[in-house]
Parts: sequence; structure tokens; C-alpha cells
Amino acid sequence: MADRHLEPDTPELRARWGGFAFNAAWEAKARAAIARYPAGRQRSAVMALLDYAQRQVGEETNTQGWLPIPVMEYVATYLDMPVIRVVEVATFYFMYNLVPVGRFHVQVCGTTPCMLRGSDDIMAACKQRGMHKGHTTDDGMWTLTEVECMGNCASAPMVQINDDNYEDLTADRLDAVLDALAAGKTPKAGTQEPGRHTVEPLGGPTTLTEMVTANHDYRGEW
Amino acid sequence: MALADKDRIFTNLYGYQPWNLSAAKKRGDWDNTKAILAKGRDAIIQEIKDSGLRGRGGAGFPTGMKWSFMPKEYRPDRPGFLVINADESEPGSCKDREIIRHDPHKLIEGALVAGFAMGARAAYIYIRGEYIREAETLFAAVQEAYDAGLIGKNACKSGYDFDVFVHRGAGAYICGEETAMIESLEGKKGQPRLKPPFPAGAGLYGCPTTVNNVESIAVAPTIMRRSAGWFASFGRENNKGTKLFQISGHVEKPCVVEEEMSIPFSELIEKHCGGIRGGRDNLLAVIPGGSSVPLVPAAEIWDAPMDFDGLKAVGSGLGTAAVIVMDKSTDIVRAIARLSYFYKHESCGQCTPCREGTGWMWRVMERLRTGDADVSEIDMLQQVTKQVEGHTICALGDAAAWPIQGLIKHFRPEIERRIAENVREAAE
Repeated sequence: MADRHLEPDTPELRARWGGFAFNAAWEAKARAAIARYPAGRQRSAVMALLDYAQRQVGEETNTQGWLPIPVMEYVATYLDMPVIRVVEVATFYFMYNLVPVGRFHVQVCGTTPCMLRGSDDIMAACKQRGMHKGHTTDDGMWTLTEVECMGNCASAPMVQINDDNYEDLTADRLDAVLDALAAGKTPKAGTQEPGRHTVEPLGGPTTLTEMVTANHDYRGEW
Repeated sequence: MALADKDRIFTNLYGYQPWNLSAAKKRGDWDNTKAILAKGRDAIIQEIKDSGLRGRGGAGFPTGMKWSFMPKEYRPDRPGFLVINADESEPGSCKDREIIRHDPHKLIEGALVAGFAMGARAAYIYIRGEYIREAETLFAAVQEAYDAGLIGKNACKSGYDFDVFVHRGAGAYICGEETAMIESLEGKKGQPRLKPPFPAGAGLYGCPTTVNNVESIAVAPTIMRRSAGWFASFGRENNKGTKLFQISGHVEKPCVVEEEMSIPFSELIEKHCGGIRGGRDNLLAVIPGGSSVPLVPAAEIWDAPMDFDGLKAVGSGLGTAAVIVMDKSTDIVRAIARLSYFYKHESCGQCTPCREGTGWMWRVMERLRTGDADVSEIDMLQQVTKQVEGHTICALGDAAAWPIQGLIKHFRPEIERRIAENVREAAE
């Protein structure tokens, strides 16, 4: 199991987050999430609501967001469920940040398929820039986490930074992405390999070549 | 004979063309789905059974048979649910992501066809939390299908009401296990349930539920259009159809590609991946079905047919067809130790053998990696894997044990060499 702990419940934390409530935009999303489940099964929406709450906290703190205890309590009240059940969910799933994180959450995949393609170099490049695993840099910009397989194995190694994946990385390509983010730009997500579109073999697909240029309908050849 | 492009199901696999409804329709999706539904529940299930389709999520259970376990009678107080497993988290697997972000309408149409066949009222697509952009695409595609009247009330004007909902996970490998997924859908920790009762009897909210992999569902409409005989014309007996293979690691060109089942490993690698990095002689070992299956040494894998039975014959399995290739530069003990770390990280903590065993196995693997161990500990580790395997509620314990067993079986001399070297260095 993963080592995780909650941010201590202090008077300062209560003072800052005790009055948390969804703003209009997240409130609408929360209502839509609850509507996806049968009446009386609103608990099913707890994962979605924790995500929305984390994102709203992120917007308010200009970070990726995290889940202070008072925010979890708000979600519990919202869904009419015991607080401990919400805390159980928040601590069980790895994408909920239990402690504050930085502006950009750099999640380096280190599982075997990425490791074989050089994720050690990617991790080293992050460390070179002053990041440490499990910590946020002093300027509040970067939090570094090593994560487990992200399902981008055919374009490994990869990192996920907040909502976007950057694939086919080398140390230099990662530097370029991080520089762009630091400068407030939006680097191209997906593969960083020049000439590669998604997960086709590099140099062009070995199958379905008609699809490259036109939305080919193969039904005529059936 | 090689698989022709016209026989590939996922024609927009690489996303060169848009995923949206109008583009998908031009590729043949949602083409008179009403006529498929008009064949009736039993006819659809029979066609899927005849096609020989086996579940694409790893276990390979016959899909048509799974659908037939759902109750025949509809009871309003116990509606049936189809849960689609898009919690793709097995190291090496990256196929469902491509289906969802580039061909989501195949999945949504499949959900309707499968849901109708098993008498379900709604489908929940459980997509892993880390697929953030993919989930955005899926939400949008589902909305398109609703707006066009393809799902929802009177879906495709068939008279059948069917809803499709998307549920995002939040980063837990274990939720790929079907009962853990159901727990998670109910808003709980994803800890697997004891079976029986099986989900088809009492699953989501206590109602009859079937859990299927994305690929199993997404191929169903094409099978219905092109017939079971067409699908069954690919692959060997008991291993029919086409399959998305995902090749990662030490090949020249890693990729995802749809190929015929039973294609030999060598052909798959040479045709689509530009061969092994450094040539065939540089191949060390292959994990042919995602991290949970034992590795296979180079000599045995080279000519093996990539299907359920062919890989079983070499002591491994097809799993999700996630082929992790390792050349001779690989620190093989580290590669497997990293997988042990993965299972330690992802154990849900419910069963003692797995909760304690995965951490224990990882720590011993780390010592074997550096050689800081005694030779007798290799046997002890083997023994412990046998005590974890088969003694847990779900298969995560087995999945953690098998890679280590495969390593000891095939690379014991390498482990012993490290220990001997370490002892010698210490003596000097």
C-alpha cells in the first residue's frame, strides 16, 4: 500500500478551509454527477465530487489542488454520508492529494515499461531542476511524484503534468516542456517525438495507411 | 495470411481522423444499429458465442457466455447493469486508451448492443482517473450519442431505453478487478468482494451486473455486422478474432497495432516494430501479456503464437496482449523488482497474504537485485510467492507472485551470480 498521510487538522486549516463551498460552476458539475446514479445512490458521486473539490481548491490556491479535512467534511455533508467514508475514499485513491502541492504536479511514470525506455533519465532531469520526490519546490511551482503505470507504454517514457501527458520523452524534451510551463506557455501535449502522431510505429503506420490522409470507409471492401 | 486493413475493426486507431459522431458514422459506426437490435437478445448472444470472442481484459472468458448469465426476465426493482472496464492500469497495457480517445463511438455503440443483449438498462463506463483528456472525449462522445437519439429513451428508435454513463476512477489499479470496480462505483474504497455471489446475480447496487473490458464491447457491433464466421476466420481454434497488441520496451518502434490472433511473436515484432533493438540475438526476455504474467526467455517466445493457448504453452499468458520486450541491456532482476514495487503500491490491503506479502516480496527482490542476500533466500522467496498465490480474494496476489516465479524459473543463475559477486566483494 502507498504511504499517505492527511494534513493535520489545525485551527489554521479550519480558519482557511472551514467555509469551503462549491462555486456555481463546480456546483453545476456536482449536480450533474449525482444525476448519473439512481435516486438514493448519491454516494456513488463521491469520487467525482472529491475531484471537483480538489480542482476548486486548486483554482483558489493556483496549484493542482488538494483535499483539506474541512473540504472532505463539506463533500460528506453534500452527499449525506459519514465523513469517515469520504476520508476512506480520499486516502484510498492515489489521485487525491492529501497535502498541498505546487502549481504543476510532475508525475513521472517509473514502472517497468517506462523504466526500460529511460525513465531514470527523466527522474534525474527533474532532480537536476531542484525537484525532490514527494516534495514541492520552495517557489511553489513543482511537486514531483513517481507514479505507477499511466497506460502510455507504447510512447514511453512519459510524465503527466496536471491534466496533460507528455510522451516519448528524453531529458532534453522534458526540459523544453518544463521551461515552457514555467514561462506560462502551453506546450504541445502527447508525444514529443518529431514526426510521430500518436502510437503508430515511428516513421509512419504499417497498417491503415489510407486513414492518414482521408477518413477512409473500408465497408466497400468487405 | 496477413490481416488486411479492411478486416481491421479499429480503423481510426491512430487518431489521424476525428473521433466525433459524423466522422465515426462515415467509417461505419452506428450504421442501422436498430437492425442489429431487431435480431433479438438470444440471436445477438448466439452470434457472439459463435464468433469465439474471448474477453479482452486478461482472463479470456468467453464473452457471449458471460452475457448469457444475466437474468432473462426484467424486474423493475432489480434492473440489470453493464459495467465497462476502462480502468486500464496493467503495466504495458495501452489499448483501451486508443479506443476511447480515437474511436469512442465503437465503444458506445457496443455498449448499447451488449446492454440490449443482456437486458441491462444502463451501462457505466469506468474509466481510469489518469485518463483525463480521454475521459473528456468520452463524455463528449456520449453526449453526441444522446443528442442524436442513439442512446437514451427509445435508443436508435428500437423501442429500448438504454443509458450510458461515464464514471471516472481516481488512481487505483485494483479497481480493474470486477467486484472492486463495483464497490468503487458505489462510492467506496475499491476492495474486491468475495464471490459468490457473482456479479451476474448480485453486482452493482445488488442488481444483476456484467463487467466487460472496453475492447470486448467495442468489437461487438462489427461482429454483428460482419457475422460470427468472419470474426472466427482469424486465429486458431479457441483463440479467434483480431486483437490490439501493444508493444513496449526494447523494440525499434514501439506501437499499438491490431493484428490477427495467433500471429507469431517474431512476425508481430518484425512487421510492425522494426525488430528488436540491436537485432534478434539481443533479445533477452519478453513479458507477453502485461506485468501480471510470467516472463518468457528469448528462445521460447520467438516462434510462439500470440494467443491464449500458445502463450500458456510457454508458461505464460496472453493477458491484455501488452508485450513488454527486454533486450540484453536490461537489468532483469530490477525490471521484475520494479513490478513487485508496483504490486506493493497497488495492493488494496484487504487480505493479509497480499498486503504483507507484496511488501515482503518487494523488499527481498530489492536485496536480490543488489545481491545482498543468501542463496537460500531464493527458495524462501519462491515458497512465499506460493503462499500468497491463491490465498487472496482477488487475483492481485497471484499477479504479484507470477512475475517473481517466472524470474526464478528462468533467471536463477543470474540471481545466484549477483549473490556470489556480492559475497566476493565483501570478502575483498
